Amino acid sequence: MSDRPNRPAVLSVRDLTVEIPTRRGVLKPVDSVSFDIGEGEILGVVGESGAGKSMTGNAVIGLLDRPARISGGEVRLRSERIDNLPYEKLRRVRGRRIGMIFQDPLTSLNPLLPIGEQIAETVRTHMDVSSTEAWNRAVAALEEVGIPAARERAGSYPHEFSGGMRQRVVIALALCAEPDLVVADEPTTALDVSVQAQIIALLKRLCRDRGTAVMLVTHDMGVIAEAADRVAVMYAGRMAELGPVREVVTRPRHPYTDGLMGATPLAGGGQRRLRQIPGATPRLTALPTGCAFHPRCPNAQDACRQDPPPTLAADRGRAACWFPVEHDLPRAREA
Amino acid sequence: MRDDAPRSTSETPAGAAPLVSVRNLSRVFDVSRPWLNRVIERLPLRYLTAVSDVSFDIPARTTYALVGESGSGKSTIGKILVGLLSPSEGSVEINGIDLARETDAAKIGRVRSDIQMIFQDPYASLNPRWTVRAIIVEPVAARGGDTSGLAERLLEQVGLAAEDADKYPHEFSGGQRQRICIARALASEPRFIVCDEPTSALDVSVQAQVLNLMSDLKEEFGLTYLFISHDLTVVRHMADRVGVLYLGRLVEEAAPDELNEIPRHPYTRMLLEAAPRLDAFGREIDPPKGEIPDPISPPPGCAFHPRCPIAVDRCRQERPALRPLGGARVACHRAGEEGTPTA
Repeated sequence: MSDRPNRPAVLSVRDLTVEIPTRRGVLKPVDSVSFDIGEGEILGVVGESGAGKSMTGNAVIGLLDRPARISGGEVRLRSERIDNLPYEKLRRVRGRRIGMIFQDPLTSLNPLLPIGEQIAETVRTHMDVSSTEAWNRAVAALEEVGIPAARERAGSYPHEFSGGMRQRVVIALALCAEPDLVVADEPTTALDVSVQAQIIALLKRLCRDRGTAVMLVTHDMGVIAEAADRVAVMYAGRMAELGPVREVVTRPRHPYTDGLMGATPLAGGGQRRLRQIPGATPRLTALPTGCAFHPRCPNAQDACRQDPPPTLAADRGRAACWFPVEHDLPRAREA
Repeated sequence: MRDDAPRSTSETPAGAAPLVSVRNLSRVFDVSRPWLNRVIERLPLRYLTAVSDVSFDIPARTTYALVGESGSGKSTIGKILVGLLSPSEGSVEINGIDLARETDAAKIGRVRSDIQMIFQDPYASLNPRWTVRAIIVEPVAARGGDTSGLAERLLEQVGLAAEDADKYPHEFSGGQRQRICIARALASEPRFIVCDEPTSALDVSVQAQVLNLMSDLKEEFGLTYLFISHDLTVVRHMADRVGVLYLGRLVEEAAPDELNEIPRHPYTRMLLEAAPRLDAFGREIDPPKGEIPDPISPPPGCAFHPRCPIAVDRCRQERPALRPLGGARVACHRAGEEGTPTA
């Protein structure tokens, strides 16, 4: 990536396209998406429902449900292609080199196994260690994520933990094999704010300490602003804007990002009325021509209706837009 | 259309009766195991106190917000107010009538049609086998009211088209469904609407549309809202007065700006600190300690004391009463002391 040219990206995604063949034609929930994530970097992927953010995450880890499939582009982990690996090899990569954290910690854990057992199993599968050593590592992993009395609690079952504690266990599980990349899909959406703050702080600390790259998929701009280094904004399967988080949040260039910011109630208050983006997210079966955002866009002109917007390459450009928002004046957020 | 509604703002003039008045409200749920298990396994009866001694007023034409994390009892209070649950102790008066104790059927009927509710999940709260028209006119039709043209009029009021009346819920997106729920809530011309997390299932751009719509309707019809939410920024945007709940207890109540600027209860401070902020890039906060304790056996004294950074012995023994402080009410022994936010 541009601001860190010396270090190779941990994850490099180029022109990734996902297709779902249906009777009414082929849908593209992810369309030519490109991005890099560097070592120790947290990339936030943000968008509304149906924007393709989870689908992108699933494509990266090779967990697309059929009939969805990767139809173009490539995914490289430490410059090695992983999108075309056979199942068994991909299974080795997942868990060992890519850790995963999902929204609902209860469904990511096996209800019939003690949590320590589940972590030790992952350690044994991916690393060449004895079962005693694996158990010790599991306990150490639980200690690291802040489970009190880890050695005793390692024998407990998932249902004996609260939601926040379960998500800590899932994080321990994702990080126990020391992966290069963690894909976290809405890791805090099911949690209360105070627990959310704990989990985000934990995720940030662990990944910074180990140099793990993180792809943080969420719909919450506040979480992104606090946790991410860079942010990718997705709309209707395409990347709308990609840049450093401070830049994108304070001076959004894509009209969609700008609208999203105006629609978010500010912690500081003071808005009389929230700015609305007119209309609704288009359905994949009926995407508008040209730029998919043009029917809702205040800046739309003829070019937007006819030509697809410039694609965002991973190393250049901020907004995939013909007429990006200019910020000449000091920014006023009031409607 | 509602000339009889008491005209008052958030600063209720002394003597003017609030539209909704909640006094010492408590609700206890029996969560015991079945009796046979209790006998065989020698287990005691177990009670969960979801709401404990909560009192507040909502003046007409204002929005009162209840915020809290899961298990704080905010939805239970909402359900008691609309009559879906009965209080274990205390009373709820709406327009001067206590639904749980009133015996005059005519009065009950009148008050009931003054109350409506909007639920969190617009997918679960609309009958998939009814047309939108049938859904919207139901509150009026059930009382034998005149429903001709009603659905069409309401749909236009909430920003949908009159033709949508003949469609079914599955043909609409989440935001549109929530508009249908709002139209249904407006059908019986209520004065008081309980909104239980009305936008938490929605995307932020759709949330903005629904919140703006709710504000517009409040102005237009002179509505009073009880707005239940876990999102402090949304609450700050919508409310005239905010009550913060913790483990079923009201710990602080203030106007939203005051609450945000000078939070007096340590729990409010913790919540405000922990909420993600758009302007807090790479913020490194000391995350809050601990989690909400088990509501079946809450800590003695102040329920927040195990997580409280400024707890003293008194907090472990004596439950703090909600007392006025500045423009707020706060239930904390140490609020107002030197070194804690006052003003």
